[in-house]
Amino acid sequence: MRNQARLGFYLLLTPLLLWLILLIVIPHIDMALLSLRERVGVGKYATSMANYGTFFGEPLYMWTFLRTAMMSVLATLITLIIAFPVSYYIAKMARGRTQSALFLLCLVPFWVSELVRTFGWMILLRETGLFSTLLQWAGLVDGPVEMLYNDAAMMVGLVYTSMLFMVVPLVTTLESLDDAVIEAGYDLGGSGFSVLREIVIPHAMPGIVSGSIVVFMLSLGNYLTPTMLGGKDSLWFTELIYSQFIVRFNWELGAAFGFMLLILSSVIVWGTLRLTGQTLEKTMG
Amino acid sequence: MRHLQPCGCRFLWGKRNTMTTDLDCNNLTKRFGDTTAVRDVSFSVQQGSFFSILGPSGCGKTTIMRMVAGFLEPTSGDIRIKGKSMLNVPPNKRPVNMVFQHLALFPMMNIADNIGYGLRRAGMAKPDIARKVGEVLERIGLPGIEHRKIDELSGGQKQRVAIARCMVLEPDVLLLDEPLGALDLKLREHMKIELKALQAAFDTTFVYITHDQSEALVMSDQIAVMNGGVFEQVGAARDLYYRPDTAFVAGFVGDSNRWRGTVEQAEGERIALRTAEGLLITSATQGRGLVLGQGAEIFLRPEAIRVAHDAADLAQFDNRVSGVVSSLLFNGAASRILVRDEVGEEIEVTLPQSGEFANLTKGAPVHIGWAGDQTTCFADRG
Repeated sequence: MRNQARLGFYLLLTPLLLWLILLIVIPHIDMALLSLRERVGVGKYATSMANYGTFFGEPLYMWTFLRTAMMSVLATLITLIIAFPVSYYIAKMARGRTQSALFLLCLVPFWVSELVRTFGWMILLRETGLFSTLLQWAGLVDGPVEMLYNDAAMMVGLVYTSMLFMVVPLVTTLESLDDAVIEAGYDLGGSGFSVLREIVIPHAMPGIVSGSIVVFMLSLGNYLTPTMLGGKDSLWFTELIYSQFIVRFNWELGAAFGFMLLILSSVIVWGTLRLTGQTLEKTMG
Repeated sequence: MRHLQPCGCRFLWGKRNTMTTDLDCNNLTKRFGDTTAVRDVSFSVQQGSFFSILGPSGCGKTTIMRMVAGFLEPTSGDIRIKGKSMLNVPPNKRPVNMVFQHLALFPMMNIADNIGYGLRRAGMAKPDIARKVGEVLERIGLPGIEHRKIDELSGGQKQRVAIARCMVLEPDVLLLDEPLGALDLKLREHMKIELKALQAAFDTTFVYITHDQSEALVMSDQIAVMNGGVFEQVGAARDLYYRPDTAFVAGFVGDSNRWRGTVEQAEGERIALRTAEGLLITSATQGRGLVLGQGAEIFLRPEAIRVAHDAADLAQFDNRVSGVVSSLLFNGAASRILVRDEVGEEIEVTLPQSGEFANLTKGAPVHIGWAGDQTTCFADRG
């Protein structure tokens, strides 16, 4: 009986271990070794920190790195601000069928591929697109307007892509808040704002933090949306990694960039957790 | 005094009284779509009294409470607290507070922050809040637990903290929505006494809703028995128990032997009824005007029946039945027997506590009897 239970445990553990070791641990060890290698001649390599030196020495790299981080934080905040009322409505105000229908509506965009979804935004925002034509027809502008290839268009794309990953954890935590607790807040003299600040948000904190972590990581690691919707000035750090690996065939520098991105996201996530007094166990459990 | 209208059961109670009332509900009605949850209910609660609304689930008692608290707007009628109409006053502006069914303590705050929440909202200075919280904890007998978490408290302690959280705001009326429902039996019995003591200590008007008649009977000064959206009867516990106004009240409050029968003889105040099984029961009409041939519901409390080994001991009673013990229901002081009479009717009888019948066995012959005044009859509705 005990042996059987143990066998079952290992059988269940095996896929997880395989996934962790093959797809995460081994590539990252390889990447780490790669990033610490410097090409000194044709086919000749030496161990050094030169790739990291290049990263910190080149303003474009640093600038893109920081800009990507700031923009991802901003995208996370905007997603949170939009998703919170939506989730509150779904979890606390909608009932029965409306509730499941609204939840499903959040899921619908994910039935089409990310590429097609992003093309959808291009159709709407480009010079000859729907919005431009509408504005001209309404007489608000004289000529066609280009709304693509700037930071705003990219931000719209990022928020749109991340929405579901914020709504799901928020709905889950908000649903677990007893309606009577909210009513008690009002009953004891609280206003809508104070109930939100002292009762709803503290209760939803694990959901807010876990949603934010997921959205932040998705934005930081996004490649498609910044490439397609962002302009020449909206360079994303993942585009730099891509170009090092694929265009420049400089795997060593690409690996170093990849590691910097990993460190960046870890530091920001850790910082956010410390700042909000949450722990990873609490938000993910 | 109280009177019952044949159609809607409306009570005009409290008006005869010049004492100040804390809560007055006038012709309160609430409809949800096609269903009427509360129909034309009027009542007044005197200052400092313990008022209960007792009724089965779905009778509309929670709806009344939520209207008083301000979470629901009445379809028609008025709610007055200390004479001021509460219509269109939001819940956070009403001088009433509510103890919720599952207490609804704020799990994200410690005890002090829970109790201080309302004071903070009222804009009180921090040192004053700390002092008031300390005082109220003292009063509920839990001093020094300010920094504990909610889940570190026992059920009874949570209960008291929930009451303290409301009482610290000094409301005119405290509403309690079945707060003892989630407790186990022993603790519930204990909390009944404690709630009554707290009410006396705070000297605040309590409006308590429950489906548990013993909670209502033990604690209340006045009880309204509610059924199907209307008040069937309002009165003190003793009135409801001994002088029920309607068949519903007679059946709902306390235990009763219950029969259906028709009036076979009528002589002034005395009538005799024949049950479906064929048992003849004499009763007083208590001014309810039952006429010959009319169908009626008959109620008789198990403790109103006297048991005897010898029929001669029961000579003073106008109802006498002989039968055998068909079942023994031992329950300590509240032990009962079921007696089957000659026609096969089963009657529940409370055993006297003297121990005289402690050796009664199943199948033993017994004689039972009761005075006609003890039975209560109501003409069949419809």
